[in-house]
Amino acid sequence: MAAIQETRERVASLGDRYKYGFVTDIEMERAPRGLNEGVVRLISAKKGEPEWMLEWRLGAYRRWREMREPTWARVHYPKIDYESAYYYAAPKLSPKPGSLEEVDPKLLETYEKLGIPLHEQKLLAGVAVDAVFDSVSVATTFKAKLAEAGVIFCPISEAIRDHGELVRKYLGSVVPVTDNFFATLNSAVFSDGSFVYVPKGVRCPMELSTYFRINASETGQFERTLIIADEGSYVSYLEGCTAPKRDENQLHAAVVELVALDHAEIKYSTVQNWYPGDEQGRGGIYNFVTKRGDCRGRGAKISWTQVETGSAITWKYPSCILRGDDTVGEFYSIAIANHYQQADTGTKMIHLGRNTRSRIISKGISAGRAQNTYRGLVSVHPRAANARNHTQCDSLLIGKDCGAHTVPYIESRNSSARVEHEATTSKIADDQLFYCLSRGIGQEEAVALIVNGFCREVLQQLPMEFAVEAQKLVGISLEGSVG
Amino acid sequence: MSLLEIENLRVSVQGREILKGLSLAIRAGEVHAIMGPNGSGKSTLSYALAGREGYEITSGQILYRGEDVTALAPEERAARGMFLALQYPVEIPGVTTMNFLKAALNAQRRARGEKELDAMSVLRLVRDTAAALKVPEQMLRRALNVGFSGGEKKRLEIVQMALFKPMLAILDETDSGLDIDALKLVADGVNALRAPDRAMLVITHYQRLLTYIVPDRVHVMADGRIVAEGGKELALELEAKGYAGIAKDAA
Repeated sequence: MAAIQETRERVASLGDRYKYGFVTDIEMERAPRGLNEGVVRLISAKKGEPEWMLEWRLGAYRRWREMREPTWARVHYPKIDYESAYYYAAPKLSPKPGSLEEVDPKLLETYEKLGIPLHEQKLLAGVAVDAVFDSVSVATTFKAKLAEAGVIFCPISEAIRDHGELVRKYLGSVVPVTDNFFATLNSAVFSDGSFVYVPKGVRCPMELSTYFRINASETGQFERTLIIADEGSYVSYLEGCTAPKRDENQLHAAVVELVALDHAEIKYSTVQNWYPGDEQGRGGIYNFVTKRGDCRGRGAKISWTQVETGSAITWKYPSCILRGDDTVGEFYSIAIANHYQQADTGTKMIHLGRNTRSRIISKGISAGRAQNTYRGLVSVHPRAANARNHTQCDSLLIGKDCGAHTVPYIESRNSSARVEHEATTSKIADDQLFYCLSRGIGQEEAVALIVNGFCREVLQQLPMEFAVEAQKLVGISLEGSVG
Repeated sequence: MSLLEIENLRVSVQGREILKGLSLAIRAGEVHAIMGPNGSGKSTLSYALAGREGYEITSGQILYRGEDVTALAPEERAARGMFLALQYPVEIPGVTTMNFLKAALNAQRRARGEKELDAMSVLRLVRDTAAALKVPEQMLRRALNVGFSGGEKKRLEIVQMALFKPMLAILDETDSGLDIDALKLVADGVNALRAPDRAMLVITHYQRLLTYIVPDRVHVMADGRIVAEGGKELALELEAKGYAGIAKDAA
């Protein structure tokens, strides 16, 4: 495969496995360490937010003070000291660039290095990008072209100022302020993220994408994304993430809310490649994320596709509330954990409406000393006549020191529901590996080939540009896992 | 000079000695057959030649084109032109046959310092090779060996042989589980690849295959050694007398 060949060359030339580990030397402006009402007020003021937004944040902050960190996931980490972190960091001198020409060249260079050029002429045709650097959005491309179609795609901080009514109506309507410890923390201190509104009957003319980059040290990233697909509309949204290599652990606690009205469809794809820590398990991102979509209208559809290769710890359950009748929820996931990574990820499919359907395909790959858990809930409520779910969970183990765990929860309160769960656990067989080797394919490439085959059903769900990138990532993430 | 020269080869698997001092030489252009009862070490020989992990060479050597290859990894041997058609080809779910062949072909080329072939060239090459062996194109789009019949799997091994054009091809019981039509097809494929600079080692349990692939030499293996050698007529004799008879004669 050409992709694999490229991967090998790229990795060889770098001589290192995590190629996004560099730090951009740029002057930063930060809030003081720790978290208190003053910091929340400061963040709100920096963003020039209206009063209602500040009140919303303060409400969340007070609530968070009374909450406790959840402990039910199969992940282990030392206690996080929330008072020693920074909650706001922004590159100085570029408070709010009006156009790409005003963006600090150092930032443009950073994204260039990450393979995300922000100059429109260099961009992949048909993909609009919002680039979030630590706590602020630094650039959004193709805004004008999208505006022609009536699509709003902008930093959420801008949406709060310019499209206040829309934000106020939907923010927190899918993930309530008090949903869980990390979501509540996010509600208090979220700094930036993307906002998308696709009007009635509009098929968004291009893929939308946000690229999240953590740069500053000792800083948490709390992005907030809100996507609203109005009646009969369609949008495909992609998200990518990277961070520098550091010995410390950094917290990333995002909230993503999707709202699909009658017959609307949202396709949300993630390639998560936060710094996973080194081979001894030092450093890496704690990725504690709440993602939820609400199929609010009849016949709506929400589809999550995720490729999770990074982070020291992943705690993430992109979910669908199938509220409207005839709605469809899908979850396609690849989670790779190598070395000392821990992943506890899955989904929740909440069937509320009649004739609702959901489909879950999860592919977990564990290598090194990693632990990988699928945790999923399928819940059928009394009104959800003829609800259907099919779940398929496949785990692949590489080596003898890793673990794969599957924890499915199924609740059915309607007798006409049909819920199916299939699960397999396998190892890369010696004979598969030998077969590849005997045909001239080297060890690393053979593992990448076999694992990509194992993940194929999920990779196929990704938009083209991402699928190629994801395939390479699968190979890189597993370098050194065999032999 | 011999293309392949095996000298006093001893191979252990999980501490148990299976090959107990086997010697064999094949010259370029020749086709040799190895016959022997179950458990005589035929498959161990094929794996040891291919360099499979777990097949420990405790003494002796394998000279291929004058080079001792015993320390080489399987993929390095493949790149040098050694090929093993497996008795039980392996399934790899999710990897299309075409993709696998492309990865293999280009990995070998890369290792030899040759330019890789682009997707279109590979597609054309594989299609033509497959068509010549009556392997339908649709099979190339399916996951490697997944759901293939025994005959389809074996035919795909021959397609690979034709594609890689090895200098030394080892066929491990390629005839097992084939009906007569499939057997003829496979034999035709092998015969088409006979060439003055190429050698083949055909491992089989039955004489049947050797009616179609006529060998220059036949070796009989028992208990990890070659116990009898002869021309193609030895295969017929074996069929008449059985392994026990030949082994007795040899002793």
